[in-house]
Amino acid sequence: MAKYHITTRINGDDVEFLCAPEQTLLDVLRDDLRLTGSKEGCASGDCGACSVTIDGRLVCSCLVLAAEVGGQEIETIEGMADGDRLHPLQQKFLDFAALQCGVCTPGFLIAAKALLDRNSNPSETEVRYWLAGNLCRCTGYDKIVRAVLDTAADMRD
Amino acid sequence: MRYEAPQTVDQAISLLAGTHGNPRVLAGGTDLLVQLRAGFIDPELIVDIKQIDETTAITAEDGGFRVGAAVSGARLKEHDTLSLLWPGVVEAADLIGSTQIQGRASMGGNLCNASPAADTVPALIAAGATCALAGPGGRREVPVEEICTGPGQTILTDGEFVVSILLPARGSRSGDAYLRFIPRTEMDIAVVGVGVSLSLGADGQCSAARVAVGAVAPTALLVPAAAEALVGGVVDDAAIDAMAAAVRAVCRPIDDKRGTVAYRIEVAGVLAGRVCRIALERAGST
Repeated sequence: MAKYHITTRINGDDVEFLCAPEQTLLDVLRDDLRLTGSKEGCASGDCGACSVTIDGRLVCSCLVLAAEVGGQEIETIEGMADGDRLHPLQQKFLDFAALQCGVCTPGFLIAAKALLDRNSNPSETEVRYWLAGNLCRCTGYDKIVRAVLDTAADMRD
Repeated sequence: MRYEAPQTVDQAISLLAGTHGNPRVLAGGTDLLVQLRAGFIDPELIVDIKQIDETTAITAEDGGFRVGAAVSGARLKEHDTLSLLWPGVVEAADLIGSTQIQGRASMGGNLCNASPAADTVPALIAAGATCALAGPGGRREVPVEEICTGPGQTILTDGEFVVSILLPARGSRSGDAYLRFIPRTEMDIAVVGVGVSLSLGADGQCSAARVAVGAVAPTALLVPAAAEALVGGVVDDAAIDAMAAAVRAVCRPIDDKRGTVAYRIEVAGVLAGRVCRIALERAGST
């Protein structure tokens, strides 16, 4: 089967990979590039565990073909911390115990960062609607929402 | 399966027309990739139309806007002047899925997926939108209400695809709106959806109207009788009741887990009234 040679940027690094036409971006991230922070939950765009940004736009990587991303700028959870220094959202999720099993957490963090990049002062309603495509079966969402709001407040100071 | 991302409409047509085995057009992929993964479809070829300028641009045209078939919901919502001109269409697109889905999902895809419950379709029909189709036989401009012929079925011929959707110009004192009914507040599929667009004359009477309803028939329906109940008079409670009755009269829904036949018909009328009042308020304030 023909493979497609894709050149892209992931977390600021130039990356090349070969992919089959039916492989999703999530498949390539996890199975070929070993960037296993993005999770496969539903594989149908319902749960948000595979969230990444492409050219700054929040998407489900399970609903993107790997062959589509040539020349684009992809950000995954692996690019969020600065070396050993956690992103403020990551630290706040720990401080607020905004996770339990952790499977949904990379997706929530990527989605929350995409929100704060656009809106430094979201209301609770805006946070809840923005994150409605990220499912969590452990926390009941409240700690996550409060962690995002508190991070936003810190980052505004 | 092969993947191709042509740069021009003509290249896309050649690929689509030159491939046996049910080639499929990829815009945002939020339906297509789910169908691929589930094994509902097994195309020989995927033609990604997002490298084509015409399918990815929003351009002013004759006082309205031409929206590329692959423009995402997120980009549509960020377009301030389009959102002011056709707020009902933009809010219909914005109702589809999560933030992540909005980053990819397009009106062209929503239309061509041909779900009876597609949110943008009644709003587009109410807006009087037309589609630019391109295929081996050339180009044609077709009203949105003529595209879908049944669940998953469209008038598109072999090698033909939707390039763009034209939201026309409209006069002052005009407004449109779309609402859907779902049993929750987010992330669901319409039990009923209604789009209304209307214009008011200098005398405050309704000078033009279009009403469309979704999820209550095999395709979204334009309801001329509902518009006739509004046009030529003041849009008061009696006119709105007559409009809602005309909407209920065309509903021929199915019973399913989302709602019974009787429930859907009842809700269609209630929703039509609410949508009409929003459109009226918008028309009065422009």
